[in-house]
Amino acid sequence: MGRTLAEKVWDDHVVRHAEGEPDLLFIDLHLLHEVTSPQAFDGLRKAGRTVRRTDLTLATEDHNTPTLDIDKPIADPVSRAQLETLRKNCAEFGVRLHPLGDVEQGVVHVVGPQLGLTQPGTTVVCGDSHTSTHGAFGALAFGIGTSQVEHVLATQTLPLAPFKTMAITVEGELPEGVTAKDLILAIIAKIGTGGGQGYVIEYRGSAIEKLSMEARMTVCNMSIEAGARAGMIAPDETTFAYLKGRPHAPQGADWDAAVEYWRTLRTDDDAGFDREVVIDASELAPFVTWGTNPGQGAPLSASVPDPGSFEDASERLAAEKALEYMGLTAGQALRDITVDTVFVGSCTNGRIEDLRSAASVLSGRSVADGVRMLVVPGSVRVALQAVEEGLDKVFTAAGAEWRHAGCSMCLGMNPDQLAPGERSASTSNRNFEGRQGKGGRTHLVSPQVAAATAVLGHLASPADLSDAAVSTPVGA
Amino acid sequence: MEAFTTHTGRAVPLRRSNVDTDQIIPAHWLKKVTRDGFEDGLFEAWRKDPEFVLNKAEHKGATVLVAGPDFGTGSSREHAVWALQNYGFKAVISSRFADIFRGNSLKNGLLTVVLPQETVDRLWKLVETDPAAEVTVDLVDRQVRAEGITADFELDENARWRLLEGLDDISLTLREEADIAAYEARRPSFKPSTVEV
Repeated sequence: MGRTLAEKVWDDHVVRHAEGEPDLLFIDLHLLHEVTSPQAFDGLRKAGRTVRRTDLTLATEDHNTPTLDIDKPIADPVSRAQLETLRKNCAEFGVRLHPLGDVEQGVVHVVGPQLGLTQPGTTVVCGDSHTSTHGAFGALAFGIGTSQVEHVLATQTLPLAPFKTMAITVEGELPEGVTAKDLILAIIAKIGTGGGQGYVIEYRGSAIEKLSMEARMTVCNMSIEAGARAGMIAPDETTFAYLKGRPHAPQGADWDAAVEYWRTLRTDDDAGFDREVVIDASELAPFVTWGTNPGQGAPLSASVPDPGSFEDASERLAAEKALEYMGLTAGQALRDITVDTVFVGSCTNGRIEDLRSAASVLSGRSVADGVRMLVVPGSVRVALQAVEEGLDKVFTAAGAEWRHAGCSMCLGMNPDQLAPGERSASTSNRNFEGRQGKGGRTHLVSPQVAAATAVLGHLASPADLSDAAVSTPVGA
Repeated sequence: MEAFTTHTGRAVPLRRSNVDTDQIIPAHWLKKVTRDGFEDGLFEAWRKDPEFVLNKAEHKGATVLVAGPDFGTGSSREHAVWALQNYGFKAVISSRFADIFRGNSLKNGLLTVVLPQETVDRLWKLVETDPAAEVTVDLVDRQVRAEGITADFELDENARWRLLEGLDDISLTLREEADIAAYEARRPSFKPSTVEV
């Protein structure tokens, strides 16, 4: 019997296997940020331990960092203290850090791949649930808690319970205007927020193979929103081409040896999965969420569902509570929902292709009156690339705000937040109650839908835009 | 870690599914750099509603949380576990937990117990009818007991042993240091390194 991609990567990292105990796995790359690491460093200090492998550890500042006035001291003293704590810890324990203002600073899941640190067949962990992003390279990558962060710092390993395997096969062509974000939102709506619980998902099929690396990252990023332990995509020529020449990619003979190994990682033809889901790409459409968890989504052309239509009692109750929180009524067309704020950014959709995609829709158009649009690049490198391509000018000419890199309004730990009752179309990953600010209401969308929504002032796709729409005031 | 053997206390019925960790502890609390002091942030937004179940006088001092399915979804923040513990909870019962939350809870000695939704429904009814009813969560016998309810639960033997003994995972792993060193010695040279180039 053959093995799956996930099983191969797992097997290659077993430090110790013993009956009745979790396998002890070696961790190839440990990423840190300011929010989930301070208590872990404290634990090390109290126990008199050191960081075992500083050469496999990298820290960035992202969750708390402001996206305006980054040359000034951070206004919020608590945020400032947390960043200063990370700086002190990294200096004390010898960990490489890219702080605010550094050219390599950015959202941890954008920085790892762009440096070439995220590689096929590696194990990647971070005290952040969206570590699943790195699975796009064929890495086994997952979010961990602070106790596990401390464990990895001290031992470079983790004892891990076995996982189940799920194949999500997406065949066919994605229709024009349908992106990786629409695909993953549709998948989560289909299998539910607990559908992936206990599983490592492998995304496969012709539609997945055609995706760029950045689109694959968007898909794997949101695996956690389906409850999965990780999401992975087999490495192929697209992966190798993305990695070649990046600062931390292997070079020379090491590159050849690495590629040879990476090619062996694909799931064997005779391997079995514990669960299989098949999706026809051609049936997909731009997808948005209407509720307060990422599984509560529907095609943009649909209406807000009637909670009574859900058979499951807990889903029905969840839908009722969601509509109440979101201020929506059953039967209302999703396209009729007006927004106050549009956010383009995050580890889900803050990469250069996402910015290009949003800019292509905004080019020559204007953000609707009364709508605030924030564009927050995922990293300083992404920002520099966008400036080189003139995308920043497209955004500012349209009336959007061009900001500095960070997590920003995805979770509102910095000043970028929704006010109570405000509604956003957001390219981020979570529409939980209060996620983007106390009382804020979030609709998850793709960068294209975000841009079209900014222009029209209500949830919309680029197909809804006409030249007339540009000169017609919003809400008309 | 504090050991967990058995606990008896009153329970709070939380009739909600998909209780994500942003609800358990909102992001602005995550700026703290300690493991304590999170009790006031627990379910902060919902607690503003006087009708919220945690605000009811009859549930004050309860130590067992009985929640709907998919508890602890979303962010990996361990602060969610600390907040529940800081508030006084010793155990959480649900028909399904998100993986990262469950892992975090077991690392901190907060027992997460998986029971069928039907049993959760019975526990909800019991404590709604009689808020003073006591619920016992017994890790030694892997059993939840309350008036008229006896339900066995599963927890893998290794996790159970670590909890019963209150063992420190890092110390356990460091006993295998020779295996770690041997693994490191055979890692291929093409593996990534974060040393600046």
